[in-house]
Amino acid sequence: MEENNEILLMKGNEAIAHAAIRCGCDGYFGYPITPQSEVLETLAKEEPWKTTGMIVVQAESEVSAINMLYGGGAVGKRVMVSSSSPGVALMQEGITYMAGAELPGLIVNVQRGGPGLGTIQPSQGDYFQSTRGGGNGDYNVIVLAPASVQEMADFVDLAFTLAFRYRNPVLMLSDGVIGQMMEKVVLPPFKPRRTNEEIRQECPWAAIGKRQKGKSIVTSLELEPKEMEKHNLHLQAKYKEIREKEVRFEEYKTDDAEYLIVAFGSAARIAQKAIELCRAEGIRVGMLRPITLWPYPADEIARLSHQVKGILSVEINAGQMIEDIRLAVEGRVPVEHYGRMGGMVPGPDEIVTALKEKIINR
Amino acid sequence: MKSEIIIAGFGGQGVLSMGKILAYAGLFEGKEVTWMPAYGPEQRGGTANVTVIVSDEPISSPILSSYDVAVVLNQPSLDKFEEKIKPGGILIYDPYGISTPPQRTDISVYCINAMDAAAEMSNVKSFNMIVLGGLLEVCPIVGTKEVLKALHKTLPQRHHHLIPQNEEALRRGHEVITKER
Repeated sequence: MEENNEILLMKGNEAIAHAAIRCGCDGYFGYPITPQSEVLETLAKEEPWKTTGMIVVQAESEVSAINMLYGGGAVGKRVMVSSSSPGVALMQEGITYMAGAELPGLIVNVQRGGPGLGTIQPSQGDYFQSTRGGGNGDYNVIVLAPASVQEMADFVDLAFTLAFRYRNPVLMLSDGVIGQMMEKVVLPPFKPRRTNEEIRQECPWAAIGKRQKGKSIVTSLELEPKEMEKHNLHLQAKYKEIREKEVRFEEYKTDDAEYLIVAFGSAARIAQKAIELCRAEGIRVGMLRPITLWPYPADEIARLSHQVKGILSVEINAGQMIEDIRLAVEGRVPVEHYGRMGGMVPGPDEIVTALKEKIINR
Repeated sequence: MKSEIIIAGFGGQGVLSMGKILAYAGLFEGKEVTWMPAYGPEQRGGTANVTVIVSDEPISSPILSSYDVAVVLNQPSLDKFEEKIKPGGILIYDPYGISTPPQRTDISVYCINAMDAAAEMSNVKSFNMIVLGGLLEVCPIVGTKEVLKALHKTLPQRHHHLIPQNEEALRRGHEVITKER
């Protein structure tokens, strides 16, 4: 496995697969679904079990895949699954169990239009599912939203780092645009898989078998309510720490902005073009792009809401993230939404028109 | 310099691979590139299109509302994309199967009989390379050397013996494209 900084051209889905092999991933479990199938296809083609020893399993269903992730996480392995929206809906039970049992693991969602079986075209309709907890109980998963093929590659290692730092599932929320498009990427440097001894050192909680000191019990079940509340309070304290330390975002031309667009993932790319068009007309628009959707960059949006006259939330859905923006803005300035659904993706011109109609000339 | 290009036709015409060669050639020239397919459930016979952007600057949106250049290879694509070409932009079309020719007068219109040329060369599969040759004759976005390198990169090893034929098709494309207005 040679080192190189070669600039490659590949799809976002392919970048995830290559990054996983290079980031010391121990196992991948998946089930084919458009528009994410290239993740599994690339891994099958690369045959990492012959090089790094990473295993790749095509599970019999998404339910099976997520429970393989639970198993891998329980023994302290760097494991991942990928799917698209309806498949990730099937995984929600496993995700809340992992959050409850405090297990690390990476879930990649290359979103497509819904609801239900929906369509195979791109969407960002799973924002609520991702950030509000698609499963039962009081829990959060860390949600990373890549906006480029480079970020698809870079966020794999980041996700594993965060998952193990907080013993929590991390979700990479991508979509059919970023998954299917090709652009330039430099793959992360090669990092070997951890040895069993390293796992024993780093993950004293892992259920790795007989050579362990004491018992490691991995479960999300606790029938004694006092104990269960204590566990919940521990989880909430952990979530608070994550909110304080792990908010990530990017600002684009906000310095002199009179108007603000908030957008994530592929919508942020399209919105950036809309901003270029607006700026050419002399309209001072900037953008805040949340990179973590949970924890959410609420403080930064609140700060910018004192500077701008209005905010447009651009999402490829009916308006989901707008709720988080409005919570942050607390009514100081108008916050409106523009988006498309069902696999339709807005063009830059549509966003310019929406900004003018809904915010500037309202 | 930035070229925002849409290539559209039927699935099976080699639309996506043509875009891929263009994108790789841009990569080899050290430019920024994006390749965004409108992926669909169809394979051969359905509609297919790809947006390719080749730029000296970082690229914001891989999805566009208007284009510098549209290469359209069937009537539905012409109907859809003719109106989305920027004023002063370029339309390249193959008249094969076109019943309503392009109408706009504020753009440059080029015609390429690539289907006929491919038949003359007894190699229908070289159709997309003829079109690519025509595109590069009108808009030299990337160099011929880089296009050949891209061909090596995108064609599987087992098809590398076909590269001379593809080269010939590219050359033919340069010759057969004609300006209508």
